[in-house]
Amino acid sequence: MIALGILLALVLLLVVFGLLFRLQILTSIFSGSYVRQVGLSNRVNAILMLVFMVVGMAAFAYSFIANFDKMNPPIASVHGLHTEKLFWITMIVIGIVFVLTQVALFVYSYKYQYREGRRAFFYSHNNKIEVIWTVIPAIVMSGLIFGGWKEWTNIMGPAPKDSVELEIVGKQFNFLVRYPGRDGKLGKTNFRLIDATNEIGFNLNDPNSLDDFTAGEVHVPKGVPVLLHIRSRDVLHAVYSPHFRVQMYAVPGMPTKFWFIPTKTTDEMKAQTGNPNFNYEIACNQICGRGHFAMKSTIIVDEPDDYVAWYAQQKPFAEQNPDVLAAFKNKKTPVIDEVPAVTTAAPAATEKAQAAL
Amino acid sequence: MAATNIPTGGAHAQEAPHVQHHAAGDHHDEHEHHDQHWLFKYVFSQDHKWIAKQFLISGIIWAFIGATLSTLFRIQLGWPDAQLTWLEPLLGRWVEGGKLNPEFYLALVTMHGTIMVFFVLTAGLSGTFSNFLIPLQVGARDMASGFMNMLSFWFFFLAGIIMFVSLFLETGPAAAGWTIYPPLSALPQAIPGSGAGQTLWLVSMALFIVSQLLGGVNYITTVINLRTAGMSMAKLPLTIWSFFLTAILGLLSFPVLFSAALLLIFDRSFGTSFFLSDIYIGGEALNHVGGSPILFQHLFWFLGHPEVYIVIMPAMGIVSEVLATNARKPIFGYRAMIGSLIGISLLSFVVWAHHMFVTGMNPFLGSVFMFLTLIIAVPSAVKTFNWLATLWRGNIRFTTAMMFAIGFVSLFVSGGLTGIILGNAALDIQMHNTYFVVAHFHLVMGSSAFFGMFAGVYHWFPKMFGRMMDEKLGYVHFWLTILAAYLVFLPMHYVGIAGFPRRYYAYTAYETFNQFGDLNTFISIAAIMAFFAQFIFLFNFVYSIFRGRRATENPWNSNTLEWTTPVEPGHGNWPGAIPAVYRWPYDYSKPGAPEDFIPQHIPYSQTVASNLPYEKEME
Repeated sequence: MIALGILLALVLLLVVFGLLFRLQILTSIFSGSYVRQVGLSNRVNAILMLVFMVVGMAAFAYSFIANFDKMNPPIASVHGLHTEKLFWITMIVIGIVFVLTQVALFVYSYKYQYREGRRAFFYSHNNKIEVIWTVIPAIVMSGLIFGGWKEWTNIMGPAPKDSVELEIVGKQFNFLVRYPGRDGKLGKTNFRLIDATNEIGFNLNDPNSLDDFTAGEVHVPKGVPVLLHIRSRDVLHAVYSPHFRVQMYAVPGMPTKFWFIPTKTTDEMKAQTGNPNFNYEIACNQICGRGHFAMKSTIIVDEPDDYVAWYAQQKPFAEQNPDVLAAFKNKKTPVIDEVPAVTTAAPAATEKAQAAL
Repeated sequence: MAATNIPTGGAHAQEAPHVQHHAAGDHHDEHEHHDQHWLFKYVFSQDHKWIAKQFLISGIIWAFIGATLSTLFRIQLGWPDAQLTWLEPLLGRWVEGGKLNPEFYLALVTMHGTIMVFFVLTAGLSGTFSNFLIPLQVGARDMASGFMNMLSFWFFFLAGIIMFVSLFLETGPAAAGWTIYPPLSALPQAIPGSGAGQTLWLVSMALFIVSQLLGGVNYITTVINLRTAGMSMAKLPLTIWSFFLTAILGLLSFPVLFSAALLLIFDRSFGTSFFLSDIYIGGEALNHVGGSPILFQHLFWFLGHPEVYIVIMPAMGIVSEVLATNARKPIFGYRAMIGSLIGISLLSFVVWAHHMFVTGMNPFLGSVFMFLTLIIAVPSAVKTFNWLATLWRGNIRFTTAMMFAIGFVSLFVSGGLTGIILGNAALDIQMHNTYFVVAHFHLVMGSSAFFGMFAGVYHWFPKMFGRMMDEKLGYVHFWLTILAAYLVFLPMHYVGIAGFPRRYYAYTAYETFNQFGDLNTFISIAAIMAFFAQFIFLFNFVYSIFRGRRATENPWNSNTLEWTTPVEPGHGNWPGAIPAVYRWPYDYSKPGAPEDFIPQHIPYSQTVASNLPYEKEME
């Protein structure tokens, strides 16, 4: 019944619009503006252009300022602070160009609206001006490129030797986390060894694997370089953590990495944001299926001492799953060495593989 | 007039169509009424103008389908907690207990992107205006091959049917994003849409590519060979230059997408491992080893990036033409405009990997592509400045087309500038795949290409249908659309800067993103407003075809050749001989001339008063 009412109201509304439209045509025929090339509407539109620009820019500026804090959650990594500076420098540059060009566009539209008897200025080109406005953008762009290139090479350069290393493995629809254990070496893995218990595909025939442990969330120490080894075991995912300005795809068959230095512990951020529920989040940022939007994990930044204490408490996977270990001992699975997995023990090989890609 | 002015190539090429269409020229009317069965006149037509209308109307239908899909997912994003049971009559089992199915959400996003990029802004825009304007503006009776041109439309039509059917599959349409990155798009275990839906997507796109290539070869050939006497390349309207270069881009890049699609089909159906390696899914380790998902991305974006210029360049051409005509001024820097189009075309082939900065690709490649990407801003900037200079000291008539052309420049600037941030690899680490990207490309190639298309439709409607569209409705349409476009896409930058990821069905689980509920509701309301505003256009379009005010031959006092044809040109375009061309198309408001325009076919000998010193010798 209600639906019918709404439908009826809509139909009536359309009829009213239709009538108004016909009426408008009839009046314009009588007033003669129907055939005139340039009429009153030219002036109205010119004024509207100006109004649109002024009101639009004011509204834009207002909403930008009003939302400024929301769009700038605090940054908690060393390189993040650098790129943030570059970001806002670039924003200012493009902001200036934005205002200049939009103002020129709408003001010219208003100012040079049609006037009876006036003639447009026949002006086909001016090589000097054109060279100027080719060269200036080129110079500005080179400046921005240089700034970006410097940051980019630093961020993507090799991680410092003393980095804390860990592995993040994406799968539908969560992230698995693996630490190298006491020896500081991530053992070999193989996707053929994966099952319900051995989610990462540990190869426990590799002695480096024996002390590796998994964790429900990522723990990292503050102020120390952290090197993430990133893999995927099914489709593409991306490890994205906006507070750290960290993002890297997780690619099946091609290990990737990203390193950063966290600058604030989770507790410090809770205090700073005044949000007791604050957590550094990892979001999957490459479409991966039904649960893509809910594929998240947490990074906890600890004080270095707390981190060491936490690390020491963790039990290796092999120790927690003696049956898996036993199975490896019995079978000596031959499949293990077919596909070399990422190991920090052989960084050179990984480098080469990456370079080749 | 000096004969030396006519390039021999053009004059020679003119012979063929003259002979070929002799009958069409002299006995124009009989030809139309007796020779052709209605099926070949209205359905399997080989007339470029009719094919253009077929492309346009299919494009409009697809645009409404694409916009409907976006409205659906904007409802989900704007009101994540709402009960959507009322959508059940439309979506059936994709609404489960009042909630949209998350996989169907991804399918909506995927199909919206595919439809808008390929079916509307490539086929609908290029297909319509390249077909309609190339023969009319270069002075040809028809395309080089009318038959291939017809095939081009029908391959597109077939591709459309297949894509449309895929929307109604049991397992849903393709849902791996319009970029169909494998392994997601290769494995039905990963998402049901990668089953039959993805198969139909690939088949449809393969046919679409065939259509593009058939069309592109025709456009290029026509521009090179069938220009009328005197129409040298340096006298072509900028529309033709842009269609010409667009066709070249398409011809060079679409085959690469075809190869990527083919390899993906092999991976999906024949057990190869081009893009697959080390995968454990659905409880089993797959036998694929050694492939690279990143390889697919390289192949995809080798098309994908030129594709955005395939979308935007025709709009640029249309806008240049409309701006000059209605500002009553020559386009500023005609040669620089051509030069920048060529520059953009060349550079568009060497920037593709800026879509892949954080895929794990070698960082050195990232540096190279950052450098090349930011260079492409220079020709784009030149174009913008030239458009502004064209308005400067003009005498502007705000026709609806002109409004949309101005709107195009505004949106192109707004969207283009943020490209400077995204093209910077160091900044892209944070911005990649966020709503900042969504806002960027929807402004710079989505909205502005649509504005270019609207400018084209309003401007050439009189030549297409012999009637005018209603201006008042056009103004309402313009103001609502530009307002809505900005209201939708400006706030998207804000959420993007905070890192809000795209293709998220819901964001409420994240501490970082759930603060944006209000903004998302706002964006959704604006998007729905934009959607409804398009019905004004639809009404105006359909109404005006049948009942619009009758057009005159040259309603905008324009210089280009299409306005020398009859109000409704028949097959063969000109009833008599094709006019020869003597001047460039932008002699507007020339000092000394009685009118404020001198069409291209007027010889210098008739305009002695207004000839510039270097034109004197051509009298």
